Amino acid sequence: MTALLEVRDLRVTIGSTAAVRGASMSVNKGETHCLVGESGCGKSISALSVMGLLPKGSVRETSSLRFAGEEIGNFGEREMERLRGDRMAMIFQEPMTSLNPAYTVGSQMTEVLRRHRGTPRAQAVDRAAELLARVGITAPGMRLGQFPHQLSGGLRQRVMIAMALMCDPELLIADEPTTALDVTVQAQILRLLAGLQKDLGVGILLITHDLGVVARVADRVSVMYAGLVVESAPTATLFAAPEHPYTRGLLSCVPVPGKVKRGDPLGSIPGVVPRIQPGFTGCGFRDRCSEATAACAETIPRQNLGGEHELLCTLAPGWREKAAA
Amino acid sequence: MFYFFLRRFAVAVLVALTVLTITFLLTRLSGDLAISIAGPNASQEDIATIRQVYGLDRPLWIQYFDWLFRAVQGDFGESFFFRDRVSNLIATRIPITMTLGLVGLAIALVISLPLGILSAVREGSWVDRLVTLVVLIGQAMPSFWLALILMIVFGLQLGWLPISGTGSWEHFVMPGVVLAFSAIPSLTRLTRSGMIEALSSDYIRTARAKGLTRMSILVKHGFRNAAIPVVSIAAVQLGFMLGGSVVIETVFALHGVGYLAWESISKNDFPVVQAVVLVLALLYIGLTLLADLLNAVLDPRLRTA
Amino acid sequence: MSGMAMTSGRGLRLLRNWGFVVGAGIVGICAILAVFAPWVVPHDPFVIDLERRLVPPFWMEGSDPRNILGTDQLGRDYLSRLIYGARISMMIGVLTVITSGLIGITLGVLGGFYGGKVDDAVVFAITTRLSIPAVLVALAVAALHGTSLMLVILVLGLLLWDRFAVVARSTTSQIRNLDYVAAAWCSGVSRWWVLTREVLPNIATHLAVVATLEMALAILLEAALSFLGLGVPAPLPSWGLMISEAKEYMFFSPWVIMIPGAALFVLVLGVNLLGDALRDMLGTDLSR
Repeated sequence: MTALLEVRDLRVTIGSTAAVRGASMSVNKGETHCLVGESGCGKSISALSVMGLLPKGSVRETSSLRFAGEEIGNFGEREMERLRGDRMAMIFQEPMTSLNPAYTVGSQMTEVLRRHRGTPRAQAVDRAAELLARVGITAPGMRLGQFPHQLSGGLRQRVMIAMALMCDPELLIADEPTTALDVTVQAQILRLLAGLQKDLGVGILLITHDLGVVARVADRVSVMYAGLVVESAPTATLFAAPEHPYTRGLLSCVPVPGKVKRGDPLGSIPGVVPRIQPGFTGCGFRDRCSEATAACAETIPRQNLGGEHELLCTLAPGWREKAAA
Repeated sequence: MFYFFLRRFAVAVLVALTVLTITFLLTRLSGDLAISIAGPNASQEDIATIRQVYGLDRPLWIQYFDWLFRAVQGDFGESFFFRDRVSNLIATRIPITMTLGLVGLAIALVISLPLGILSAVREGSWVDRLVTLVVLIGQAMPSFWLALILMIVFGLQLGWLPISGTGSWEHFVMPGVVLAFSAIPSLTRLTRSGMIEALSSDYIRTARAKGLTRMSILVKHGFRNAAIPVVSIAAVQLGFMLGGSVVIETVFALHGVGYLAWESISKNDFPVVQAVVLVLALLYIGLTLLADLLNAVLDPRLRTA
Repeated sequence: MSGMAMTSGRGLRLLRNWGFVVGAGIVGICAILAVFAPWVVPHDPFVIDLERRLVPPFWMEGSDPRNILGTDQLGRDYLSRLIYGARISMMIGVLTVITSGLIGITLGVLGGFYGGKVDDAVVFAITTRLSIPAVLVALAVAALHGTSLMLVILVLGLLLWDRFAVVARSTTSQIRNLDYVAAAWCSGVSRWWVLTREVLPNIATHLAVVATLEMALAILLEAALSFLGLGVPAPLPSWGLMISEAKEYMFFSPWVIMIPGAALFVLVLGVNLLGDALRDMLGTDLSR
């Protein structure tokens, strides 16, 4: 089965910083793949790279970027413009500022359909109303005539999702869609996304720093650190048997009721995320890793642990057990 | 929103009244008006007669309210010099000044909007630097000097345009260009900074993510938002241009309200001076109200205030 | 976080900005010429020599090495008048800015600091001032009282305070609303302390930018007023007046208006470059 989206060896340099240094990931049809990591690890940049929305002054290279079986890595701006909004769509973190304050919700939604499919206005309006209802907005007709500033943050994010779905895209990229929202609204939005995926079969690449979100919606997870994917696996596997020291550190930071006792110190990873200059070799985590060895300064091997579990580390799988023994 | 405008209107009326009062006081504060009107060679009797005829012997506050009362009815009295009702004088000259102002604004917009957009889109490039240079030159150029230079080049040496009078539309070209020069720097700057801000905002990123064409993003999403402050400033600029048209009208002998004011000032024709200052102030106030209205129309966020 | 600590780093950056260098250079030269005019001029700018009228400047034929820039319609040396004109323009610029600055900053700070009814009154004053056509009022006053240098400075100073007030008001109210100021207030600090230690240093650079803009405007306005005959009186060599006196001859000898006009242009350009450099250093654009 060909993956819906396949990114191989993505490298992005912004100015003098190597933001992404060789990340690979894939999203299959109808599945949610979460890209998780702390701020500055390159996950948002990776998402923007797929869409071709990098800021000025960025350089992107990939050995392969395939969408629905087609190589799009060498697409020019015109061709990407045709793809964007049509077959692949993206929603962003800040619903408060992501909509144009001067135009109504309706006009912003219908313009996508009219641009890509040439749909006449009346039909586009119907579709917009239908989608607003689908994302759980009541009185969609009235909402279409409203302006963004008249809607709350949660409503705006729903509008963003509906707008992204106007042309029935195959891939939806969501960059931290719930980070700026209240906790209760977060849950609603995530539930909405999961439901839409089931109904529409859209593939979702979801960027987040919140492991709770990952646990909730992800089918597969890729953990990013300092511009590289250090571990990727199906969600259950990652939570049950994380291999990379960084992944383990991340998971230990989240207190799980039952496992953690009152009075236990919260887990943390000492040190800070480094800024990588081009020319850096080896593992970016080694200064913070308790298991680091001299080998970590060389090229790190990519290990396939079976069952779609991949690892980028010098440690052999099962090192935990060996160490305990 | 209705109450917002009602309040603005009330403030505007108050401002107008204040301007009226200040103008009145200004002309009265300079010593005896009768002496100024009579001239240096007048006798004491002449001065006394003048004082009586023009009602300058009455208490100040009576003179004030009399003038105020008549002014709100549109009666500004008679000109000392022109032997005509002041309101007539102004009514015949205002169209010229308004035409000049509108021509100037039109030229200014035609030049500054594209320049501002271009320099924002190509921020940092040589185009941007060139536009900055144009703005600097425009700001530093004395308008009357530019007027004279244009007269020499286009009027005399090339003979393309007339250098004075108000015969045809050609008479408004050079004055319009000079007037535009005063507005182009600020309008260009504002357009540029507004576009830069708009283009770096999140909703532009969303528009790109939707796969809209570059032109559509630039114009429909970028400029539409950047235009909001530009439009309201343009209205205010028109107000300034009308107020500052004295110099240009005088240089080009355009018989507008500014030229009228200039003639009246040099002849101490106070009723005219008072009336012109008031009319120009009212125009400015009206234009700022218009600017607020345009702002509310263009920016949906202001409508539910 | 007073404005003082920030200046050393900014100062160095300023020197690298070519606009600042050129602008400061121009203004500096004009200032020096203005101050040392009596010692620098080759001739007395007021001496009339009717036998040597309209001698062309050195780059044209018929010129005379005694008058590098030629003579005007009354035989007075152009270069000398130009230098004395710099004195007038600089005086106007600086004194007007001081006057209007004092008025405008006081009003603006009061309005921004106290808010409420005080602020309403300040906004009303600003709106009223903006509604009055300044040029006309300046002309009218000059016509009534007779022209003089001091009168021009006074009138312009009393008219050009609006931008000072607007900027002072907005920056003051921004700072007043900052958290650390509110904290200081809560801890019992006096209003005066907040004003002098927090507000004024932080609005200083913004006001410096406005000062350059207003200086440029004052110089241009005085030139326009003098051009119309109601600014600085003859025989003072205001550049605007020089242009006006010369315009009868401009069709035959264009250089008579080109030279003083160019001087005006260069000085105002210099002041504006200075202001732009300051604004770039600030990183904000507060002018309209």
